[in-house]
Amino acid sequence: PQAFQIFILHKVLISRNYMGNMDMNEVDHFMPIMMRMEEDAESLPLVTHGSAHFLWIKHRNLYLVAMTKKNANAALVYSFLYKMVEVFKEYFKELEEESIRDNFVTVYELMDEVMDFGFPQTTDSKILQEYITQQGHKLDVGAPRPPATVTNAVSWRSEGIKYRKNEVFMDVIESVNLLVSATGSVLRSEIVGSIKLKVVLSGMPELRLGLNDKVLFEITGREKCKTVELEDVKFHQCVRLSRFENDRTISFIPPDGESELMSYRLNTTVKPLIWIESVIEKFSHSRVEIKVKARSQFKSRSTANNVAIMVPVPSDADSPKFKTSTGSCKYLPEKSVVQWNIKSFPGGKEYMMRAHFGLPSVESTELEGRRPITVNFEIPYFTVSGIQVRYLKIIEKSGYEALPWVRYITQSGDYQLRTN
Amino acid sequence: MTDSKYFTTTKKGEIFELKAELNSDKKEKKKEAVKKVIASMTVGKDVSALFPDVVNCMQTDNLELKKLVYLYLMNYAKSQPDMAIMAVNTFVKDCEDPNPLIRALAVRTMGCIRVDKITEYLCEPLRKCLKDEDPYVRKTAAVCVAKLHDINAQLVEDQGFLDTLKDLISDSNPMVVANAVAALSEIAESHPNSNLLDLNPQSINKLLTALNECTEWGQIFILDCLANYTPRDDRESQSICERVTPRLSHANSAVVLSAVKVLMKFMEMLPKDLDYYGTLLKKLAPPLVTLLSAEPELQYVALRNINLIVQKRPEILKHEMKVFFVKYNDPIYVKLEKLDIMIRLASQANIAQVLAELKEYATEVDVDFVRKAVRAIGRCAIKVEQSAERCVSTLLDLIQTKVNYVVQEAIVVIKDIFRKYPNKYESVIATLCENLDSLDEPEARAAMIWIVGEYAERIDNADELLESFLEGFHDESTQVQLQLLTAIVKLFLKKPTETQELVQQVLSLATQDSDNPDLRDRGYIYWRLLSTDPVAAKEVVLAEKPLISEETDLIEPTLLEELICHIGTLASVYHKPPSAFVEGSRGVMHKRLPARTGSGEGTESPDVGNVAGGSAPEAAPSIIPSQGDLLGDLLNLDLAPPTTTGPPPPTSGMQMGGMDLLGGGLDSLLGGDIGGSPAMGAGFGAAPAVMPASLNAPVGGGLGDLFDLGGGVGMPMGAYIPPKTVWLPAMKAKGLEISGTFARRAGVIQMELVLTNKAMSVMTDFAIQFNRNSFGLAPAGPLQVLTPLGPNQTIEVSLPLSTVGPVMKMDPLNNLQVAVKNNIDVFYFSCQYPISMLFVEDGKMERQVFLATWKDIPNDNESQFQIQDCHLNSDAASNKLQGSNIFTIAKRTVEGQDMLYMAIKLSNGIWVLAELKMQAGNPNYTISLKCRAPEVSQCVFQCYEAVLKN
Repeated sequence: PQAFQIFILHKVLISRNYMGNMDMNEVDHFMPIMMRMEEDAESLPLVTHGSAHFLWIKHRNLYLVAMTKKNANAALVYSFLYKMVEVFKEYFKELEEESIRDNFVTVYELMDEVMDFGFPQTTDSKILQEYITQQGHKLDVGAPRPPATVTNAVSWRSEGIKYRKNEVFMDVIESVNLLVSATGSVLRSEIVGSIKLKVVLSGMPELRLGLNDKVLFEITGREKCKTVELEDVKFHQCVRLSRFENDRTISFIPPDGESELMSYRLNTTVKPLIWIESVIEKFSHSRVEIKVKARSQFKSRSTANNVAIMVPVPSDADSPKFKTSTGSCKYLPEKSVVQWNIKSFPGGKEYMMRAHFGLPSVESTELEGRRPITVNFEIPYFTVSGIQVRYLKIIEKSGYEALPWVRYITQSGDYQLRTN
Repeated sequence: MTDSKYFTTTKKGEIFELKAELNSDKKEKKKEAVKKVIASMTVGKDVSALFPDVVNCMQTDNLELKKLVYLYLMNYAKSQPDMAIMAVNTFVKDCEDPNPLIRALAVRTMGCIRVDKITEYLCEPLRKCLKDEDPYVRKTAAVCVAKLHDINAQLVEDQGFLDTLKDLISDSNPMVVANAVAALSEIAESHPNSNLLDLNPQSINKLLTALNECTEWGQIFILDCLANYTPRDDRESQSICERVTPRLSHANSAVVLSAVKVLMKFMEMLPKDLDYYGTLLKKLAPPLVTLLSAEPELQYVALRNINLIVQKRPEILKHEMKVFFVKYNDPIYVKLEKLDIMIRLASQANIAQVLAELKEYATEVDVDFVRKAVRAIGRCAIKVEQSAERCVSTLLDLIQTKVNYVVQEAIVVIKDIFRKYPNKYESVIATLCENLDSLDEPEARAAMIWIVGEYAERIDNADELLESFLEGFHDESTQVQLQLLTAIVKLFLKKPTETQELVQQVLSLATQDSDNPDLRDRGYIYWRLLSTDPVAAKEVVLAEKPLISEETDLIEPTLLEELICHIGTLASVYHKPPSAFVEGSRGVMHKRLPARTGSGEGTESPDVGNVAGGSAPEAAPSIIPSQGDLLGDLLNLDLAPPTTTGPPPPTSGMQMGGMDLLGGGLDSLLGGDIGGSPAMGAGFGAAPAVMPASLNAPVGGGLGDLFDLGGGVGMPMGAYIPPKTVWLPAMKAKGLEISGTFARRAGVIQMELVLTNKAMSVMTDFAIQFNRNSFGLAPAGPLQVLTPLGPNQTIEVSLPLSTVGPVMKMDPLNNLQVAVKNNIDVFYFSCQYPISMLFVEDGKMERQVFLATWKDIPNDNESQFQIQDCHLNSDAASNKLQGSNIFTIAKRTVEGQDMLYMAIKLSNGIWVLAELKMQAGNPNYTISLKCRAPEVSQCVFQCYEAVLKN
C-alpha cells in the first residue's frame, strides 16, 4: 500500500494526486524544509512535515517528490522515482524543466499509466512507447490498444518484432572499486560487473547464457577450467530467477534493444590495477609540493586508456607548476585538484608527476577535509575477474541463425586512495 | 512545436477567451483550448469556472483530448459535485468502448472522482470491468475496488466487490493477480479484523506461482502480502523461504528488501539446528551488501534496515565489516548510518581495523560525522574490553587536537569508560582537566563535573574547579546543575574540612534560588541526609556503582520484532512503529514475528503464532529490557542522552543517588538485626522509583512469562522445586501478601516470589534485602517490579540470587530473613530454602578421590537417616537425584542390595558424600552422609527425601 502523490518540482512543475484524499498544498512545506536543511548543511532523503512524509530524489536541479501519509514501502518509492526518471529520459532525452513543459501532456499521460492509486504499474519505457506516443491519435483509425505485453508474463518484449539480420551484442563491463588507507593498505577492493545487451533479434527468442561460473562448474563437475566465484548476482526482470537458483542456468527472453541483463559483485584480492604512491607536503603560508608515482600492475599486453589521476590540493593554492614523465597536467581550481592525464598507460610501467603550488600567506580558516586521490581509467579487452562468456545460445522457432558479439572492458569505479 | 506555448498566455480575459475556444466548432481549436486549460491548471491557476465547457469536450473521438478532459475532471470534480454528474454518462459509455484502453481509462478515472453521487453510478461499470475479457481492464478494475473502498467502504461490501476481488487472486494473468493482491492488502489495512486476505496454504501457493511471472512491482505487492502470513509449521515456512530466495537476485532493490522481510520473518520459525537455517543465513548477506551499491536514497533505506537486521541476527553480517567503511563521497546520511552499523559489528576480531577507520573519520570536517566517530571510539572501548586501552589513547590524541567539539565529545565518552573500567584509566584525568575552560556544551560540562566529583580525592584542586562552575550556576542547563550539586556533595564527603562553605553554597543555590523542582528536591534530600546522618550520606552518595552495559541504543526487543515485520517501509527507516507516525492507525495491532513451532521448543505461548493475515488481536507490547540494558538506560539517562532520534530523555532525578537513598534507608532499619554491616549497602540496585516512564507498560503477566520461559529452557531434567508457600500473610504486611519458593535453574539460584496486593491502594517502589545468612545468599540484582501493583493485582517475580553475601550461621541452617519494602512500609519475614539450591553443577568427584575423602572424614562426622516408603529402583533414584546435582559416583550390588555412592558440592565449597542403600522390594532406604561440616547433614537429608518423593 503506497498511496501517495508525485510531484516534480523546482517550484511545483507538475504533479499527480494518486490518492485523492490528500491535500495537495502540503507540498508547499517541502521546499522550505529543503532550504533549511541546506543551510544547516544537513541532508536526509526522507523528511516529515506534520503527518506528511516526503520521499525525494534530485535529478539535475529538479526534485522528484513522493508524498505519503501511510507507512509506505520506502524502498519501492525510491526505486519507482528512479524508474520515472529513466522513463522520462527515454521519452524526452533529458529530464529537465524545459522537457517537462514542452511535453506536459505526455507527462500527464505517463504519470497516469505508470502508477495507479499509489501502485506502480507498467514502467517499461519500450512497452509504454507502444501505446503512449507523442502524437495525437484519432480513436477510430489506429488508436493504440494496450499491448498484450503490458499484462503478460513477458511484460518486457512485444510479439512480432522483425529484423533482417539477427544479432546480439554483449558488453561485459567490470568496474573496480578500491579504497586504500593513507598508509597504503587496501581496505576494500571490489569488482562490480555488468553484462549489457543490445538485442537485434526477431520474434520471441529464447536465450541461454553460459559463463565460467564457479558454482555452475562445481554442479556439473568440471573443475579444471578457470572459473569465477560470483558473490552476488542481480538479474533483469527477464531472467528466470528460480531456474538460476536451481541449476545456475541463465535463461531468458531478452528485451528488444539495449538493456542490462545482469550485474554481479565479487570481492577480490587482486593487485590494484593502478597503484598510486603520493607525497603531499604542505608548507603553511608558502607552498605545497606534490609527488605522485603511478604504477600499472597488470600484464604488459594490456593497456589502460584515458587514465586520469586527480590529486587534491588546498582550495587556496595558486601558481601551479607541473613536471611529468609522461602525459599532461591540468589544475582544476573549481574542484581543487590537479588532474594528470595519461592517454595510454601500458601494463607494468611506472610514471612520475611533480606539482608545486604557492599558498597565500594568510591562510583560510576553513577546515579542509583530507580528500582522497581518485583515478579514472579503462582497460579494453580485459576483465579483472577473469569472467568469460562461454556461449550464448539463441533459439527461435523460426530457426534463424544469430550471431553473438562479445566485448570486454574493465574500468575504474569508485577508486579512492586516501592521502595524509 | 512543443507544448510549452500553452503556458505563455496570462492575459486578463483569459478565462473568457478559453470559454469561447472550448465551445468552438473546430476540433483542433477545442483541443488546443483544453491543453491551455490543463496548462493553467498545472501552474496552479484556478480554472474550475470552465467546468461545464470542458466536460462538453468529453465526448470526443480523440484519445489525447479525452485523457486531458479526464485529467481535468479528476482535479475539479470535487469542487463541482453537481456538475460532475454531467460526466457520468460518458464514463458509463466509455466503459463499454470496444477499445480496452478506453474502458480501462474510464474505470481508472471514475475511481479517482471522489464524489458520492458518482460512486453509485460506478458500481455497474466496475462490475463489468472486473470480469472484462481483457486483462488490462481487469487489472485496472481491481485497483478501482480499493479506490471505491476508500470513498465508500460500505458500498463495496454491499456490492460484493470484495468477493470478486478475492476471485481475481486466481486470475490467469499475473498482473491482475498482483493488483488484486495490492488492492486487498490496502483494504485489509483499514479492516484489521476482516480476515480479507484469508491466506492459507492454497492461496499462498497461488501467490508464489504468480511471483515468478509478474512485474517487479507486482512481485513487491505479493512479497509484502506474504510477509503478513504466518506459516503453520517450520516445514511450510521452509518451503516458502525456498521459493522466495530467488527474488534476492532481482535487479530491483525494493524487490530484494521485500524478499528479505519475508525471509527474516519466516526464519524465526525454523529450528536453528536445521541445515537450511544456516544456508538461509549465508544467502542473506550478499544481497544486503549489494544494496550498498544502489542509489544513495536506497542505500539509506538499506542501511537503516541493516541496522535492524544486525540487531536481530548479528551472525548474518558479522564478517562484512569492511563494506561499511565510509567513502569520502558518500552522502552524510549514508556516512552516519554506516558508522552506526560499524559499531554494532565491532568485535574483538575486527577491532583494530575499526579503530583505525574511526580515527581517520575523527579528523574529517563534517561536525556531525566527527562527533559520531569520536563517540564510536568510546563505544568500542566499552564493547571490546581488549581494545579499551587503545581507544583511550586514541581519545587522548584527539583531545590534543584541541578541536573544540572533538574534545567535548571525547570527554563525554571517557566518562563512560571510567564507569566501565573503574580504577584503570584515571591517570588521564589531569589531561582532561586542562580542557575545562573550552567546554561549552552541557553534556560535556556535565560529564567533566561528574568526573571531578567522582575522583575528587585524586584531583588536588577539585574544589577550585567545581567552584569555578558555581559562579554561573543559574545559567547552566539543568543537566549541569544537577551534576554540579551531586559532585560538590561528593567532594564534601571526601574532603569535608575544606569544602564546607562550598557545599552550603551549592545547597542553597539549588534549594532556595532555583525554580526547578528536580533540582530543589535533590538539594533537599542531600541537605537532610548530610545534616542528620553524614555516615549514611556517605554510603548513599559514594556507593559503588553498577557497571554500565556494553551495548547502547539497542532497540527494545518487541519493537525490534515489529520493525523487522516492516522491513523496507517508512517504519523501518524511522525505527518507529507505524502507529507512531500514521494517523488513525493507533488502534491497529502491531505486527509480530511468528513463534518458533519446531519440536521441543514449544515453550512460547502457541497463540502468538496465529496472527494470520495480521488479524488476531494481540496484547500491547510489553517492554522488558534485560536487567543489563535497563541499568545502562538508567545510567545513560543521567548524563548521556541516547544518540537515537527522539526527544531527549528527561534529566530529572539523579539515579544513583536516588536508588542508594533507598538502600541506606533500609539498611539502617535492618541495623538492629545485622549490626549495621556496610556490606549490605549494595542490596538495592535500580529501584523501581527511578524507572523511566516508558517502562510503565502492562508488565504483569509478561514478566512472569518471561521468567517462566527462561526457567523452562534452562532446566535440564527437572531439579526439584518445592511448591510455593505463603511467606508473608497480607495481615502482617498492610495488605501485601508474599508467597514463593526457590529454584535452581541453569546454575542460577532464583527466589520466585508472588506478590499480591490485597490492600485498597496501589503499591509501588518495591525493594528487597536479605539478612546475613548461613550461605551468603544475597539478591544478585534489584527486585524487578516495574509497574505499580494495583489492588487485587498479583505479580510474579523471579529474583536471581548470588552466594557472595555476608555470612552468619542461622538456626535452622537454611533459614533466611528477608526484608521487603514498598511505598507503604518495610516488612520482615523469614523462610527456609531447600539446601539443594546450593548444590552446584560441578559436584562430580573422581572415584579415587571419593574413596580417599570418604576415608579421610572422621567417622564421628557420619550420620544415618531412614527414608521411608519410597518406590524407586536404584537407576531411577540416581537419575532423579542427578537432576538436583546429587551425582552418583559409583554403584555396587551386594546380595540384592544396591549401594549408591554419591557426591554433592555446596556453593561454598563444602563436599557432602553419601551412601544410599536400597533393597529390592523394601520401600525403606538407608542413607549415610559424611561431611566435614556435619551441621549440613540434616538439611541434606531433607533434600534427599524431598527429591526422591517428588
